[in-house]
Amino acid sequence: MSKPKIGVFSFASCEGCQLQILNIEHELLDLLGRIEIVNFREAIDEKRDDYAIALVEGSIVTESDAEEVKAIRAKAAFLATIGACAVTTGLNGMRNSIAARDAWKRVYPDRDFDTNVAPEVRRVSEVVKVDFEIPGCPIDRGELLYVIGILLQGQVPRLPTTPVCDECRRAGNPCLLDRGIYCFGSIARSGCRAVCPAYGESCCACRGLLPEAPIEELVEILDQKGYSREEVIVRLNQFNSGDDQIRPLTGELVRLRKEVAV
Amino acid sequence: MKKLEVNVHHLTRVEGHGNIKVRAADGKIEELKLEIVESPRFFESMLVGRYIDEVPHITARICGICALGHTTASVRAAENALGWEAPEEVMWLRRLLMDGETLQSHILHVCFLVAPDFFNVGSVIPLASTHPEVVKMALRLKKAANEMCDILVGRKIHPVSMAPGGFTYWPTRKDLRRVKELLEGARPDLDETVRLFAGLEPPALDSPAEYVGLRSEGDRYEFVQGRVTSTTGESVEEGDYLKFLTERTVDHSTARHAATKRGNYAVGALARYKLNHDRLTPWAADAAKKLRLAPKTTNPFDNNAAQVVESLQAVDEGIEMLDRLFKVKNPPVFKPLGKRAGKGVAAVEVPRGILFHQYETNDEGVVVNANCVIPTAQNQANIEMDLHRFVPALLAKGKNQDEITRACEMLVRAYDPCISCSVHFLEVEVV
Repeated sequence: MSKPKIGVFSFASCEGCQLQILNIEHELLDLLGRIEIVNFREAIDEKRDDYAIALVEGSIVTESDAEEVKAIRAKAAFLATIGACAVTTGLNGMRNSIAARDAWKRVYPDRDFDTNVAPEVRRVSEVVKVDFEIPGCPIDRGELLYVIGILLQGQVPRLPTTPVCDECRRAGNPCLLDRGIYCFGSIARSGCRAVCPAYGESCCACRGLLPEAPIEELVEILDQKGYSREEVIVRLNQFNSGDDQIRPLTGELVRLRKEVAV
Repeated sequence: MKKLEVNVHHLTRVEGHGNIKVRAADGKIEELKLEIVESPRFFESMLVGRYIDEVPHITARICGICALGHTTASVRAAENALGWEAPEEVMWLRRLLMDGETLQSHILHVCFLVAPDFFNVGSVIPLASTHPEVVKMALRLKKAANEMCDILVGRKIHPVSMAPGGFTYWPTRKDLRRVKELLEGARPDLDETVRLFAGLEPPALDSPAEYVGLRSEGDRYEFVQGRVTSTTGESVEEGDYLKFLTERTVDHSTARHAATKRGNYAVGALARYKLNHDRLTPWAADAAKKLRLAPKTTNPFDNNAAQVVESLQAVDEGIEMLDRLFKVKNPPVFKPLGKRAGKGVAAVEVPRGILFHQYETNDEGVVVNANCVIPTAQNQANIEMDLHRFVPALLAKGKNQDEITRACEMLVRAYDPCISCSVHFLEVEVV
C-alpha cells in the first residue's frame, strides 16, 4: 500500500508552525515511515503536486496568495490549516485596523504601493474550504502528531473546546487575575496546557476565542483591576482581530492608532 | 555565443521565499538578482499603537527559527527605552537561552538543510535510510536544544516568560539540573558533528568581504550585548548603529536605495568567528582547527564550519552560565517596567547574524515608532556580490547550467538566509 502523500505550504507567517513538524524530532523518523512528504519548501527540494493532504500555514495577505491557496485546494483531497495565522489571521490581522496603503507607506516609504497587496488580511477559510484547523501560535507538537495520527486512521480528530482556565486550574497555576494581572484564559480556547500562565505570563488567546465568549464580563472584571476598556481591546486585538466577536469592537481602536500614526 | 540562465523559483531548504536569477553570455553577467518575494506582513506598522510590553511577544513572531533572538533584542530595546538595566543574573539566563537557540538553529541548518548537498540528495529524508546515524545524531542535538528552551521559557518557538524587566518565571534548581544534563549529553554528538564536517570539502570561492558583528569588552565570544564592530576595525555603541551603517553605505553609494540596504557586508556565524575567534573555549577552538577554519578565510562557504564551531561554543558557554545560575540564592523578582516615554535600541547576535530592534514610546507606554534591521536584509547585497564572483569562476571551469544552478543555491544556502524575517524590514529609514 502506498503511503499517504502530504504537502506543506506556507503563506504570510513566521514559518514556526512548519518548523514544529521538524521539531517533533524523536517521532519524525517513525512518521516519515508512515507518510510521504512530496512538497515542503523549507526542508526538501522536491516539489510535487500529487499530495492528498495539504497542511497550510500563514495568512492570505496578497492577491497571489489567494490564487495559490485556491490551486492547492484544487489538488488536495483534505486541507488542514496549521497555526493562528492561517486559522484566525493571528497577529497578521492587526494590520486590518489601518488601510493597507498606510501600512505600506510606513514600511516602504519610498516605494510605490504594490497592488498585489490585498486590502485585508484573510484567514485561509475566508478564501477556500478548510477541512480541519489546528490553532495556536505556534501549533503544539503533540497536537500535530495526534491530528496526523487520527487522520491516517481515516477518522476525524477532536480538539478541546473548553476555556484555558480549565487547563490552568487543573495544572495548579496561581491565577493571574487574582494577582491583578490581565489574562484572557476565561474566554480563550484551551489545548495549550496553559503554558503561558504556567510561566507567569498572561494568556493572550492565541488559539482563538470560545464561541459566545463572555467578553463584556471580562472587560468589567479587568476594569476593577485597573485596565481601561481601550487597553483590553488593544490586547484582545493582538491575536483575535479576525474574530467576529472582536471585529465590532475594533472601531474603538482607531483613536489610539490615529494618535500615533504617521 | 554561450548563454547561461539560472532561474531558481522559491529556493528550497531555506526559511522563506526567495528567487535567484542569473543571466550571462560569453562569460559576462548581464543580470544577477537575489529576489525576496515573501508576502509582506508590515510588522513596523503593526507595532505602532501597541503597548511596549506586548512588543516582544509580537516581534518573536517575525521568525519561528530565531524567535528567542528577536525576543532578546526586543526586551533589551524596550528596557533601554524605559531606562532599566538588567541585573547580571537576568543576563546570564538570557545568554543561556541564546546558547540554546544558536545550537538548535545551527544544527538544523548544517545537518538538515546543508548536509544533503554533500551527499547529492535533495533533502534529509533519503539520508534517514542511507545515513541513519547522522540523522539520529542531528535529531538528538536539536531535541536537546529545544527541550532546554522549553524548560527555561515555556517554549522554544515564541518563548513565554521573557519580558522587559526580566523573566516572569525563574527556573528551579531541578530545571537547571535537567538543562545541564542536556548540554553535557550533547558533547559526544557535537564531537561527531565536527568529524562529519571535517570530512566534507566546501566549494571553493575567493570573495573577500567586510564582516560586522558584536564584540564586547572582556573576553567573551559575544552573542548578546556589545559594540557593533567591523572587521575593518571600526566600532560603535549599539545605540549608534544607524550612524555606523549610514557611514558604511555612503562609502558604497549615494543612492537612497543602496543606502537603505547599507552596502556590502556580511553578518552571521563567520562574522562572529572573525571578530571573536581569539575568545573561543579550548573545545571550540580545537574544532575550528579540525575544520581547517582560518580566521582570515575569504570563502563565504566557511560560514557552515563557523556554525559547527559555534555550536560547541554555545554548549561551553551554556554550561558556564548554568554554573553561575546554580549559585543565585535570591532569584530576581519580576516587576513590570510600567508605562513611560522613551527611545531604545538593542543589538543581539541571532544565529544568522546581528539584529537590531529600535523603539520609541509615548508617555502611555505605547509604541509610536519601531524599526528592526534583520540579518538577511544586511547579507543580501553581499550574497549578490559573491554570486557576481562565483558565476564567472564556474563558467571558466566549464560547468554546465545545472551545475551552476546548484552551486548558486548552495552559496545562498550557506548564509542560512531567513527570508520571512528579512522581508518586513527590507529598507531602513535612515534618520
